[in-house]
Amino acid sequence: MDFDQSEDRRMLAETLSRYLADRYDVATRIKLAYDAPYHSPERWAEMAELGILHALVSEDHGGMGGHGFDIATVFEELGRTLCPEPVLPALMGLRLLAAAGADLEPALTGAEMLAVAIGEPEAPWDLDALETRAETAGDGWVLTGRKSVVYGGHVASRLLVAARADGGLGLFEVRAGDAEITAYGMIDGGGAAEIFLDATPARLLIADARDAFDSALNAGRVALCAEAVGAMDATKDLLLDYLRTRKQFGRTIGSFQVLQHRTVDLVTEIEQARSITILAADALDGPEAGRRASMAKNLIGRAARLVAEEAIQMHGGIAMTWEAAVSHYGKRLVMIDAQLGDTDFHLTRVMEGLQA
Amino acid sequence: MDLQFTDKELAFRDEVRAFLAAELPAELAAKVRRGATLEKADHDRWHAILNARGWLAATWPVDFGGPGWTPVQRHIFEEESARAHAPRIVPFGLAMLGPVLIRFGSKAQQEEYLPRILDGSDWWCQGYSEPGAGSDLASLRTRAVREGDHYVINGQKTWTTLGQHANRIFCLVRTDPQVKPQAGISFILVDLDTPGIEMRPIKLIEGGHEVNEVFFTDVKVPVENLVGEENSGWTIAKFLLTHERTNIAGTGFSTQALEEVKALARARRVNGRRLIDDPLYAARLAQVEIDLEAMKITNLRMLARAQKTGQPGVESSILKIKGTVIRQELNDLARRALGPAAAPFPAEALAGNAAVAPEEHRADAARYFNNRKLSIFGGSNEIQRNILTKAMLEL
Ligand SMILES: Cc1cc2nc3c(=O)[nH]c(=O)nc-3n(C[C@H](O)[C@H](O)[C@H](O)COP(=O)(O)OP(=O)(O)OC[C@H]3O[C@@H](n4cnc5c(N)ncnc54)[C@H](O)[C@@H]3O)c2cc1C
Repeated sequence: MDFDQSEDRRMLAETLSRYLADRYDVATRIKLAYDAPYHSPERWAEMAELGILHALVSEDHGGMGGHGFDIATVFEELGRTLCPEPVLPALMGLRLLAAAGADLEPALTGAEMLAVAIGEPEAPWDLDALETRAETAGDGWVLTGRKSVVYGGHVASRLLVAARADGGLGLFEVRAGDAEITAYGMIDGGGAAEIFLDATPARLLIADARDAFDSALNAGRVALCAEAVGAMDATKDLLLDYLRTRKQFGRTIGSFQVLQHRTVDLVTEIEQARSITILAADALDGPEAGRRASMAKNLIGRAARLVAEEAIQMHGGIAMTWEAAVSHYGKRLVMIDAQLGDTDFHLTRVMEGLQA
Repeated sequence: MDLQFTDKELAFRDEVRAFLAAELPAELAAKVRRGATLEKADHDRWHAILNARGWLAATWPVDFGGPGWTPVQRHIFEEESARAHAPRIVPFGLAMLGPVLIRFGSKAQQEEYLPRILDGSDWWCQGYSEPGAGSDLASLRTRAVREGDHYVINGQKTWTTLGQHANRIFCLVRTDPQVKPQAGISFILVDLDTPGIEMRPIKLIEGGHEVNEVFFTDVKVPVENLVGEENSGWTIAKFLLTHERTNIAGTGFSTQALEEVKALARARRVNGRRLIDDPLYAARLAQVEIDLEAMKITNLRMLARAQKTGQPGVESSILKIKGTVIRQELNDLARRALGPAAAPFPAEALAGNAAVAPEEHRADAARYFNNRKLSIFGGSNEIQRNILTKAMLEL
């Protein structure tokens, strides 16, 4: 047993951490995350150059990592600084392209931005409930339906779309210019889009893509869990700083036992969150991937909300302000739950596993 | 034991309902419903309508223009107003300063200010908190020094809610730095047009402008603006706090919020079924409903006691803690019900066919984040627990 990171991953974490601390200080992050295009094209290119996209893809497919722990390493650092770059859609998109045996190079270098369009207004997370349809047209395909809250859809040039065809759930590629796209920012920073497909031309990548989607979704869930762990860790640091320095009644508020105990509860939950994320990352390419990812996303959903709400509460009024970093951590931590399946969605999946 | 309102109270409820149905402008109710920011003109308009009916200053005695309601009647009015999506009554002049002036103000102050609160000529804001004095309010440092027939004020107030609409501020200031903190505080009325005052907006977590900081540099305020005796401000502040705690349970808001979340969960289809058919979501909703049903009775029990004894007891801290937690939980359920559709920001910008959430729910995530304030202000829930510990536990 060894819970230490490999040397390579430690170096990756250090490089990325130094880069992000330098380029995404709190004020810069807030500005970039909330002003269109809700990220920084310049920093995106720099990060690709640092090799973070390569770290998300296995050597077989031209990358330098791709293991669950590589993904977790990258996303924990992204979470620590609330980095708004659309790395999650890149991760999921690269995984889908790899499954399709497609050329990954343009996306791996960061030159081409991807978005993965799965969720719909009435089917945010469940593949079985998707309604977007694919039909043949000439020697190609056309897609009709609406994809909702597509992360990174506001900047992607290529959309990887889930649509139902006679052969099952297919993976299609749509050029962004061919779809009707409404871009917007998010309450926790970063951007997304509504994507309207109306007999929109598409290219079929995988006819029965169920497994490919599951694999991309599980990787995305591990990534979100790791992002949350990083953000929770940073939130805890902010809270401890504040508890040590804020004075009321002639003493630091950290000297009040009731706040001490509640902070210890947060530390406990963060440890648990880290553990379940390790478990899910370890299982990512195995038969337990789905179940473990669901366990992790459920625990993270509960822990992240608790950490967000308690950190805000124990800061008092100052945490209610836009200027305070903790308010932005709080928003991201709460909203992570809505991505790729919330606490209840994943609890249901774990419950279903009990019956088998 | 009888849980029903009396016939008289029921008749009053019908009267309030009829009034709201006839007089509450539909545009205002719609704005409140979808969580839009109300303009000053919106508040002024609703206040004027209530004032015309004699219902604006719910806690004032009849002699001063109040309606002469019992605590139960006030409760009924608050519940019905929330149910109808009426704007909340801006409390600073009406629920806070008014009662203070009636109790501690000079005749001249009462005659000058009370009518102006009622007719909307003055909008007051509350200058208590400072950057260094939140929970520990008595440590406030904004200084007022007597010079002839003026006080000269220097210092800073913060968190001043809706100060951007205000023309006046009532402040707690330090008039004697030598004595123990509580004993050297005075309560003073300040015209915001006085030279030396600067107000700056504070942007809140969800992006809204609701609070401000106010800076005082050599601000000259006439001595007749002092309320009560010099250095008696703490007594006034404590009196005012008990008034701040009426309607603290907010059961009217919660009841309304619960109905809306239920409707949302019934209407919304997620992953092939109605959200309400998801047993996990339904369980969350049912649990809050149970807590709220209990809370309503707890609230009424404490109301009945206050009606008997003539003043709210320390148990009102229980109402504050539980009432705010329930409201926050309901905000969480609304945000949760929307899933990813809660995330677009600012929500109002997404309309037409690009809209993701139903119109009344586009600000639900913003409301969830903004309402984290409920357990922080008005005496944080930790401070309420300290109060209860002291007053009830005898440990
Ligand atoms: C949206 C908003 C609107 C407001 N509007 C107004 C207004 O109009 N006018 C005005 O004067 N003020 C206003 N306030 C200020 C509000 O009253 C203060 O925020 C509140 O008193 C808490 O003070 P603080 O924010 O400085 O937190 P602090 O007092 O610094 O508290 C930080 C944390 O420590 C905890 N804590 C403090 N002391 C103890 C203790 N002894 N034991 C255990 N825990 C403790 C608190 O509960 C909190 O969790 C507003 C605040 C907000 C957020």
